[in-house]
Amino acid sequence: MSGLLFRIAPPVMAVRRPHRMIERHLLAYRHQWLIIVSGFFEPLFYLLSMRAGLGDLVGTVRFGGAEVPYDQFVAPALMASSAMNGAIFDSTGNVLGRLKYFRLYDAALATPMTPADVAVGEIGWALLRGQLYAVSFLAVMWGMGLIGSPWVILALPACALIGFTFAAIGFAGTTFMRGWQDMDIVNTALMPLFLFSATFFPTSSYGKWEWVVQLSPLYHGVALVRAANSGVWTAGIIGHVAVLLGLALIALAIAARRLDHLLRK
Amino acid sequence: MSGPLITAHQLVKRFGDFTAVAGIDVEVRKGEVFGFLGPNGAGKSSTMRMIACVSPVTSGELRLFGLDPATHGSQIRGRIGVVPQMDTLDTELTVEENLRIYGRFFDLPRAECRRRSAELLEFAQLTERASSVVENLSGGMKRRLSIARSLINEPELLLLDEPTTGLDPQARHVLWDRLYRLKQQGVTLVLTTHYMDEAEQLCDRLVVMDQGRIVAEGSPRSLIEQHSTREVLELRFAAGTNESFEAQVAGLGDRHEVLPDRILIYADDGEGALAAAHARGLQPESALVRRASLEDVFLHLTGRTLVD
Amino acid sequence: MSTHRLATPGAFRVLTWHLVAYKRFWKANVLSSVVQPLLYMLGLGVGVGALVDSNTGSSDVLGGASYVAFVAPGLLVTTAMALGAMESMWPVMGGLRWSRGYHGIIATSLTPRDIVLGHGVWMVVRCGLASAAVAVALACFAETRSWGLAPGVVISVWVGLAFAMPIMAFSVNAEMDGSFAAVQRFVVIPLFLFGGAFYPLTQLPAAVAWVARATPLWHGVVTARQFTQGTVVWAAVLGHLAFIGLWVVGGTLVAERRMRKKLYQ
Ligand SMILES: Nc1ncnc2c1ncn2[C@@H]1O[C@H](COP(=O)(O)OP(=O)(O)OP(=O)(O)O)[C@@H](O)[C@H]1O
Ligand SMILES: [Mg+2]
Repeated sequence: MSGLLFRIAPPVMAVRRPHRMIERHLLAYRHQWLIIVSGFFEPLFYLLSMRAGLGDLVGTVRFGGAEVPYDQFVAPALMASSAMNGAIFDSTGNVLGRLKYFRLYDAALATPMTPADVAVGEIGWALLRGQLYAVSFLAVMWGMGLIGSPWVILALPACALIGFTFAAIGFAGTTFMRGWQDMDIVNTALMPLFLFSATFFPTSSYGKWEWVVQLSPLYHGVALVRAANSGVWTAGIIGHVAVLLGLALIALAIAARRLDHLLRK
Repeated sequence: MSGPLITAHQLVKRFGDFTAVAGIDVEVRKGEVFGFLGPNGAGKSSTMRMIACVSPVTSGELRLFGLDPATHGSQIRGRIGVVPQMDTLDTELTVEENLRIYGRFFDLPRAECRRRSAELLEFAQLTERASSVVENLSGGMKRRLSIARSLINEPELLLLDEPTTGLDPQARHVLWDRLYRLKQQGVTLVLTTHYMDEAEQLCDRLVVMDQGRIVAEGSPRSLIEQHSTREVLELRFAAGTNESFEAQVAGLGDRHEVLPDRILIYADDGEGALAAAHARGLQPESALVRRASLEDVFLHLTGRTLVD
Repeated sequence: MSTHRLATPGAFRVLTWHLVAYKRFWKANVLSSVVQPLLYMLGLGVGVGALVDSNTGSSDVLGGASYVAFVAPGLLVTTAMALGAMESMWPVMGGLRWSRGYHGIIATSLTPRDIVLGHGVWMVVRCGLASAAVAVALACFAETRSWGLAPGVVISVWVGLAFAMPIMAFSVNAEMDGSFAAVQRFVVIPLFLFGGAFYPLTQLPAAVAWVARATPLWHGVVTARQFTQGTVVWAAVLGHLAFIGLWVVGGTLVAERRMRKKLYQ
């Protein structure tokens, strides 16, 4: 057993100082606070646009056996998507730059920091940023009267889980990238997730293709946030959490391994 | 701790099936300045990266402070300072922040980071630039900042991979002076260089590497004594004609080397050799007698010059 | 210059410079140019469209059109806008700072004006390709298939330039402090959402609608829509195109002045 553990987590994988990476980012973003602040507006604009423009056109949506106003239907999905987008944004382009072009990780690894510290630190940072946006988005939803139940507070841990999963996936994917040109793949991959995760219309619209939606990790995240906002919990929740958590752990293992391979040549 | 600080035994580094370091033995003692000398691709940086515990050893044995990098990498890195061949400064931070956050990577308390940053800025003569963004520094300033940064944890061992490449002569001398002071403070220095004068100036002991192997070892003086003569006579003839004079210079000194741009004649008495050349009726465009240097040692050992 | 005429105008020689760099990426690029709008059509158009069209009363707001048919020209024009904006931020900064390609160009007989005009020609090519790809995607659906897509592509290119040139002017002096992210999030995305592409401006509060009308995007969208829906009013078309032209010309002039100052400083 200890032999197995050792293989999964050799000494270079020890996680002791991931928070140092976060400390560094806090310092760096002091010069670029605009990036952090502006990240909050993207989902807000989507929400406002959906509410003002499409809300009227669509009217209500039949969901969970009730007619739900369109903005109330879309808001939790936007919250989940922005958790995904934020996490991916932080763990792909930024990580690629630090890995290949600014050599930040090379510098860090010349200190007692380990590749696992770097990986966990980056994912932790993406998570923190995601939580910041999630909290502010929740405040906006509250201000717009879109909160359906006090359970909505559980949307925060749900977004943390979404952020964790996608940050890990993004980080793992980035370790395979050749350069900036591969960022195009990320954008192309995100779009179907964003559009087809029961974000803008209910799964029933898909008819017999409904099951395909289940393949999207974001769908499980959206389902969690919607459940929180409506306060209706079903056994399916466990499944959604399990999918996200499972994906996150697999991606995390790949990320730490690849990072070790890339940086400790 | 009385044993050697670094011991490497049959150290090998392979990238795929390419062998960058082909089994070298090195011992570095506490307090000495040790140099790796060699041409491009000799395997200097590969060796340095293994010593810095950022590159796993392919085979052979490596110990720093008696510890194995494979199992105690993090602890070892905590006690050393590293100046990589290419600067890895944080371009999103200011000069002072670079030092400060690096100290945090070593778990130093914040106040201590600030104190040492201020000291090191002074040491690197960058105090005025403390709040500049790194991007706007000159090459020499970046190099000095890299060195200052590597000292933030007050390392017992400092690894410098080509610390002065790309610096102008004045900046180089300032740097040598700084390194000399560190040595006096008891810091062990390991450095690589292409420059013979640098090795002669700084190193107590050095190895010459070529194609992943060590081809000579010793103090700068002893290497010169073993592999060269006291003086060297350099003769330059009209461009492209050096070759044709090979037969005529034979026997002027102990040995000679014909290079594309000049002929080197090794003799303990350079002036005497020059007089003899004139006596043979040779009319070089220019002639120069100089002291032998590590450059000559390298040329003798590998048959190649060491200018980049 | 008067005695020595160049064989090809400088702007086109700068274009060749862009083309050489693009050669390595064009395949992946064209692919995502087709795939992304297809996905948008399937997601927003068809999915949300079903919701909108089943809501009685929406059809009046949309001028009798189905939602998909209404959105199609919006997709065409916003694609060009996003690309024109994007390609005039990091690449321009790169040409000045990292790869320093622009410095290489003015070391020849070419001038800063050639760089700016060359960038314009390059944007015509890129936006043309991208919106043509969207047009191909739209032609796959019976509801959106129309000859009006062809003039729609031309209008898109014009709008693309109306964003590319002013943003190029902005990028010349931009710092790496997150201002590009701000342009993306405070200009491009809000326009994408509120610029009349997904619903008529009448749905929005009057003040927001007027801001949208001041930007080139809305003018492009309504003009393209006249062509795809076969409701062309030529005087209006000319007026809209002239308004967009103001942005193109203004942007070009400022960009040239700033580029000259930057490169010859
Ligand atoms: N990560 C790597 N992958 C593959 N080959 C490598 C890698 N790093 C170094 N090499 C190869 O190993 C050889 C030795 O390289 P190294 O960088 O150690 O040389 P060096 O002595 O430091 O040369 P220089 O004076 O140019 O810095 C070179 O042929 C180089 O191409
Ligand atoms: Mg090297």
